[in-house]
Amino acid sequence: MSTPAEVPAGLPAAPEFVEPLPEWHRLHVRMLVVRPLNEGIAMLVPILVLLFTGNGEKWRLFASGATVAAILVFSYLIWRTTRYRITDDQVELHTGLLTRKQLAVPRDRIRTVDLTSKPGHRIFGLSAVRIGTGQQDVPGTDGLTLDAVTQQEAERLRLLLLQKGVAPRAATTAEGEHAEPVPLPESEVISQLDLKWLKFAPLSLSGLVAIGALFGVLSNYADDLGLHPVQDLWEWLFENPSLALFAVFLVVLAVAGLVLSIPLYILQFWNYRLTREPDGTVRVQRGLLTTRSVSVEEQRLRGVDIQEPLLVRAGKGAKLAAVTTGLGSKGESNLLLPPAPLSVAHQVSRDVLKVGNDPTTLRLRKHPFAALRRSMLRHVVPWVVIATGLAIWAPSWAWPIPVAIIPFAALVGWDNYRSLGNALDERYLVTRNNSLVRSTVALQRTGIIGWRIQRSFFQRRSGLMTIGATTAAGAGIYHVTDVGESHGLALADEAVPDLLRPFLVDSTVDDQAERNA
Amino acid sequence: MSPKSVLLWTMQAAFFWLVLFVPQLVVFLLVDEPPTWEFVLMIATLVVGIVHTAVEPSWRYRVHRWETTPDAVYTLSGWLSQEWRVAPVSRIQTIDTKRGPFQQMLGLSTVTVTTASAAGPVEIEGLEHEVAQRLVVELTNTTQATPGDAT
Repeated sequence: MSTPAEVPAGLPAAPEFVEPLPEWHRLHVRMLVVRPLNEGIAMLVPILVLLFTGNGEKWRLFASGATVAAILVFSYLIWRTTRYRITDDQVELHTGLLTRKQLAVPRDRIRTVDLTSKPGHRIFGLSAVRIGTGQQDVPGTDGLTLDAVTQQEAERLRLLLLQKGVAPRAATTAEGEHAEPVPLPESEVISQLDLKWLKFAPLSLSGLVAIGALFGVLSNYADDLGLHPVQDLWEWLFENPSLALFAVFLVVLAVAGLVLSIPLYILQFWNYRLTREPDGTVRVQRGLLTTRSVSVEEQRLRGVDIQEPLLVRAGKGAKLAAVTTGLGSKGESNLLLPPAPLSVAHQVSRDVLKVGNDPTTLRLRKHPFAALRRSMLRHVVPWVVIATGLAIWAPSWAWPIPVAIIPFAALVGWDNYRSLGNALDERYLVTRNNSLVRSTVALQRTGIIGWRIQRSFFQRRSGLMTIGATTAAGAGIYHVTDVGESHGLALADEAVPDLLRPFLVDSTVDDQAERNA
Repeated sequence: MSPKSVLLWTMQAAFFWLVLFVPQLVVFLLVDEPPTWEFVLMIATLVVGIVHTAVEPSWRYRVHRWETTPDAVYTLSGWLSQEWRVAPVSRIQTIDTKRGPFQQMLGLSTVTVTTASAAGPVEIEGLEHEVAQRLVVELTNTTQATPGDAT
């Protein structure tokens, strides 16, 4: 802190600084209970397995006790060694026992604040705060996370951290419990959960994904117990191949997926609310057991992504994701709208981007016919190769399976081509890709920070190229796939004026682009 | 692009194929009555390796280009598949130089220019040391002159 004596001569003295040095805070002491609870749930089954298999040998009891003790000690050490403080310029977090980590995030670089309360947190009124900056996340790292503080304190931090310059100087107590209640400013609701949207739950196939995950976990435990149901089943199937059995299996899977998907949708999206906050952020709240609140600085919103999984698209539905910096990749943190009618998605997109017309509804320009050929080949050829391979090396019943898949692959290839498209308006570059999860991205033209233009051997022969717009937000790169060379270059040149232009010389392709531009 | 890059790529390709070929040869010589497919695979590795090592470096050299202007950095790279990368100088985050073992032997460097996008690094391969040094200084100066956090 600079004293008035250090102010250079000739400048007026800075106004006196009354804010006391923000103190270091510990995470909430209730985490001593919550962390063992949250982690204990994950360890529960292995511990039970350890305890109740075998003949009650002493070491089993001892090992389980040691595991529980280790979790408790670990939680205490984390709590003991973690401190955070929020100064006028930055958020600082010191953590770690053996490897001390000191994280500091400048406050003017904070773009997102993500509050997550798992069931354990919620019982004790706590919430984890994850702070995201403009930097793209390195996979595996988790940004700066305060796990956890009271929900009140979390709410106060959210307001404090996203409010540039005008930080509320609320009384800060170590536990935050006695902090004055924050007066909630008015926020404008953009969208709310409508129970009619539940019809998209089965279409999103989330039930099947859940079954897959459950299956993985269960077979893991089964392995621990020395059972190998998958292997046994596989061997049995191999010996008695039967079409009827296969059909029954499919039907059971489909019904189970259908039944599971609805509670899953409710679990994830209960109380879903999308609001625009007075501090210039867009905020998504959702969740039945684990609640989440993700706030994104509106200025840093680089666009939206309308995602239409095949079946949801067939039901005229879509979900909406934000293209922005500072969000972790965990658990769909960029979700703006759960699976809902397409018209709602367009309306939400319009409201979030504050534009008159949703850019994703622009009429998209089709890609050349050669792109259809490439799409078909890309989808069909692998199955032909697999079928041939199986016909040569596998038992004779195997090869008809990939052959039966080929017509569907061809359909997907055709639909993939139909999906391709691009458009440009005054502010957005729009590109659409893929068939199984069709994705229409509207990317702010000012958010494009470079180009990657790829031309494979076959693409060059058919006069196509794939244009990638790189950006700091979202996936980091968004592709315009298999676009005609001249149109593609003209598009890139127009989207970001003066970036590509100086280099569009001395090549036959570029001459074409010049002519077309 | 230094003409020495052709040599660099030749060394890299030769090294890669030798790593694949030599163990196969050792196995082939040590095992009694090696199966035919092993022999076929070994010969195939040898042929593909020789053709690739002979063709790829000079093809690559014909394709590769780089250029910087006060506003942008530009590269064209690849051989069968080609890629252009453009990054505006105003969006540059870091500028690195690195030298692999082969590059050190030949006195070459690679300059990597990264932007805030994880997908956006522009790599300029096969530069003479002095050229690389000069480029880094030049880019650093222009980047520093640009305000903002470049995201």
